[in-house]
Amino acid sequence: MPKIPRLAQLVLVIGGIYAGFWLIFDLLLGQPIPASLMGMYMFFVVTGVLMVFTATEESTRQLVDPIQALVEEPGRRLMRNVVFFLVPGLAAVAVFLQMQPSDEAPLELRSIHPAPPSSAKIFGKRYDLMSLENPYRHLEKDDPEQFRELVAAGGEVYIRNCQYCHGDKLDGKGPYAQGLNPVPLNFQDIGTIAQLQESFLFWRIATGGPGLPKEATPWISSMPVWQEFLSEEQIWQVILYLYDYTGHQPRSWGHE
Amino acid sequence: MKGVGDSKRMINGHMLYCNAKNPFGSSSVRSLLGFMVLAFAMVLGGSTDLPAAAVDAAPGAVQGAADTVPSGISAPDLTATDYPTVPGVNSRVTVWLVAQLHLWFAAFVLAVPIFVFIIEAIGMKTRDQRYDDMAYEFIKISITAYSLTAILGGLLLFSLIVFYPHLFSYLSEVFGESMFYYALAFFAESAALYLYYYGWHWLQGGFRKWLHLSIGLVLNAVGTTLMFLANGWVTFMMSPAGIDPAGVFSGDTWVAMHNYLWNPINLHRFIANIAYGGSIVGAYAAFRFLSAGRPEERAHYDWMGYNANFIAILALLPLPFAGYYLAAEIYAYSQQMGITLMGGIFAWLFIIQAVLIGTLFLSANYYLWCGMGRSDGAARYNGYIKYLAIAIIGSFLVWFTPHTLVLTNEELKALGGPYHKYLGPLGIMPAKNTAVNIMILFTALSFLFYRRSNRIATVTWVNAGNAAQLALYTTGIANLLFLGIYHGYFTNTVYKVAASIPQVMTTLIIIVVSITLDSLMYRGSREVAPLNWGRVPNRAQYALFLLAVAFTWLMGLMGYIRSGIRQHWHVTDVFRDASPDAYTPTLGYAANIVSIGTILFMVLVIFVFWLSQISSRRTDARGYWKGVQGG
Repeated sequence: MPKIPRLAQLVLVIGGIYAGFWLIFDLLLGQPIPASLMGMYMFFVVTGVLMVFTATEESTRQLVDPIQALVEEPGRRLMRNVVFFLVPGLAAVAVFLQMQPSDEAPLELRSIHPAPPSSAKIFGKRYDLMSLENPYRHLEKDDPEQFRELVAAGGEVYIRNCQYCHGDKLDGKGPYAQGLNPVPLNFQDIGTIAQLQESFLFWRIATGGPGLPKEATPWISSMPVWQEFLSEEQIWQVILYLYDYTGHQPRSWGHE
Repeated sequence: MKGVGDSKRMINGHMLYCNAKNPFGSSSVRSLLGFMVLAFAMVLGGSTDLPAAAVDAAPGAVQGAADTVPSGISAPDLTATDYPTVPGVNSRVTVWLVAQLHLWFAAFVLAVPIFVFIIEAIGMKTRDQRYDDMAYEFIKISITAYSLTAILGGLLLFSLIVFYPHLFSYLSEVFGESMFYYALAFFAESAALYLYYYGWHWLQGGFRKWLHLSIGLVLNAVGTTLMFLANGWVTFMMSPAGIDPAGVFSGDTWVAMHNYLWNPINLHRFIANIAYGGSIVGAYAAFRFLSAGRPEERAHYDWMGYNANFIAILALLPLPFAGYYLAAEIYAYSQQMGITLMGGIFAWLFIIQAVLIGTLFLSANYYLWCGMGRSDGAARYNGYIKYLAIAIIGSFLVWFTPHTLVLTNEELKALGGPYHKYLGPLGIMPAKNTAVNIMILFTALSFLFYRRSNRIATVTWVNAGNAAQLALYTTGIANLLFLGIYHGYFTNTVYKVAASIPQVMTTLIIIVVSITLDSLMYRGSREVAPLNWGRVPNRAQYALFLLAVAFTWLMGLMGYIRSGIRQHWHVTDVFRDASPDAYTPTLGYAANIVSIGTILFMVLVIFVFWLSQISSRRTDARGYWKGVQGG
């Protein structure tokens, strides 16, 4: 079997990796890699493949010699002209397609967690968010029965008020979710409430979208100001429920 | 360690350490500094409204003159008109660029003496003069850079006084003594450096060489002290200590200096400086290699470049751990700052940071792989390069995968929400820590292959040794994956953060044990082919350039983040920034400023390299000088 030229190997490896990404994520898993990330992935895949193909002198020569011959040898004039026409032509087509106007909304960089203020005024009182703790959390060990009751009460609060957007499975897929952009948070995701202290949740739930910080705007959130509809106890209860249902632990600094 | 009289208080949710005692009796020194600031301001004021501002801003001076003992230092409540302006000059950008350029040069000139000291010591131990010559050439480069560091430091001081007089005045009030000692230490640093450099050829052999090495030690001790002092000022602005609940500073200089983030920054900057210094010297060697005409010159600069790269990699390996420690401490100090840093608007700059750090690893590895071509014996290891690349690139992709994805509406629909079920979990720290540990391990493996490239082990237990190496790496990587996956995703945050320590320990143990084992295996080894210094492709030199540029850009970017997370505060939660620039610039704008700084620095560095070349050139001026016949 004749050996595949080095340049063709390079193209095949890069194409193969790209096809592999598409096959695994788009077809098999049904979760495509976003174009913004795919561009970065492929840039470094190409860099890595080029590094391997040029790590030794012999390999570099095998890669570069055919290109050099194409440019320099008089006998390859026809091929050279075709390549010199095709490569910039393809680049021009790619640029043209990218510059086409579309109805797509412009991309937005969105930060997932707004930074909390040091303290916040909630229910008419000022809370130090750094030291604030869930007053019921200690019951998890001290009085498990009462703790279960509070979790159940929190569940009721959740189903009555929150599941319309955040979903009955707490996965951000409530009946209204598709009408919102950005869509509501998925609490099951390891990157959301599992990364945060309970005081952060208390602040976000109580002050909602209008209570988002002045820094790093614009924030977009249709989260209601729940302190106007729920009591302080109910907010702490629903926080217990969020962690209990998802199995996550709130962020803390001390060992259990 | 805090003194007996210390008390711990909370203000705005931050832990603060206060000590009402002042062992230095600093009010007089403060007053002196206050007058100095005033004098500087009057000299520089010109057409600005600076003198008036400076009088307001030097409460220590006024209070001192009135013979009253200040009970504390309050941060002034400013308005936009309190910030002097110079037509056509943007205050923030000026201070930003000057501070960054000063820091780049300072990092370089502090780092070079550290490894020059080590290389000189190696030369003394091995009695191989090549090391001594190389050490001398390294310090020679840093001499010109030293002048530039001092010039830029002066420019920074004047820029602060001109554009931010109240802030400078406040900081000089808080840090009075340390600023004075800083100036004194700078004299000591200069004296030690000039003695070390100009005395190099004079202090040779026997006791004189020991004396020379001792001067190098003093030089490093003073240089590191200087950096620690300046770090105290910078970290005080991020995590102020000694502030009472009313926002008044009532501690002493040591309390202000020994604030929450001082040591994490000290450690991080100390290690990073060495890596950075190595990379800049590597770029110098590459510059000289590419412009060398004679084979001996190419061989010399190839060897120099290899050593510089070795220093850069050696310091780069523990750097992510020091960075993680710093970030964890920032988070522990203030959840607000931590979230702004890693989950808020600055998180996007961390994606660029991740890309640049990955670029450092790629450049360093590529340089090693290309360098294996110096010996024909390396052909045995060429086949492994692709596996090293797969592991490193694979880890790199995980390392920079963001937590929040930038999605088009169509992609949002296709994913069923803003979260990627499979890539989303790669966006949080446990995945990053695991990936970076694996990248570090495979970089160490590249180095191991490089070391072996021209030798064959002759010990009888060579197969057992190789099996042990394989087992060490396999179990180590399995442990990294277990710690990262189990503790990172299936336990609470305390264990998740804590798991990073055994991960680091695993990596360090593997590196130390495998290099020790390899050294024993290759003791008395046979050379399979000679190592031809100078036989390295030019593209390897460009990898060295890339290393230096990526380092510079990375430092600029992280410097901006470190400073920017204070947001609208000069001193977090204590001294509000009321200037017209008290807003967080857009990411693109910030990245552009950092890039401009990087280009400016590179131009200045190339100038330094060029200067070091012309010092050895001579022009034949026969006929120009009276009575001189020769050229």
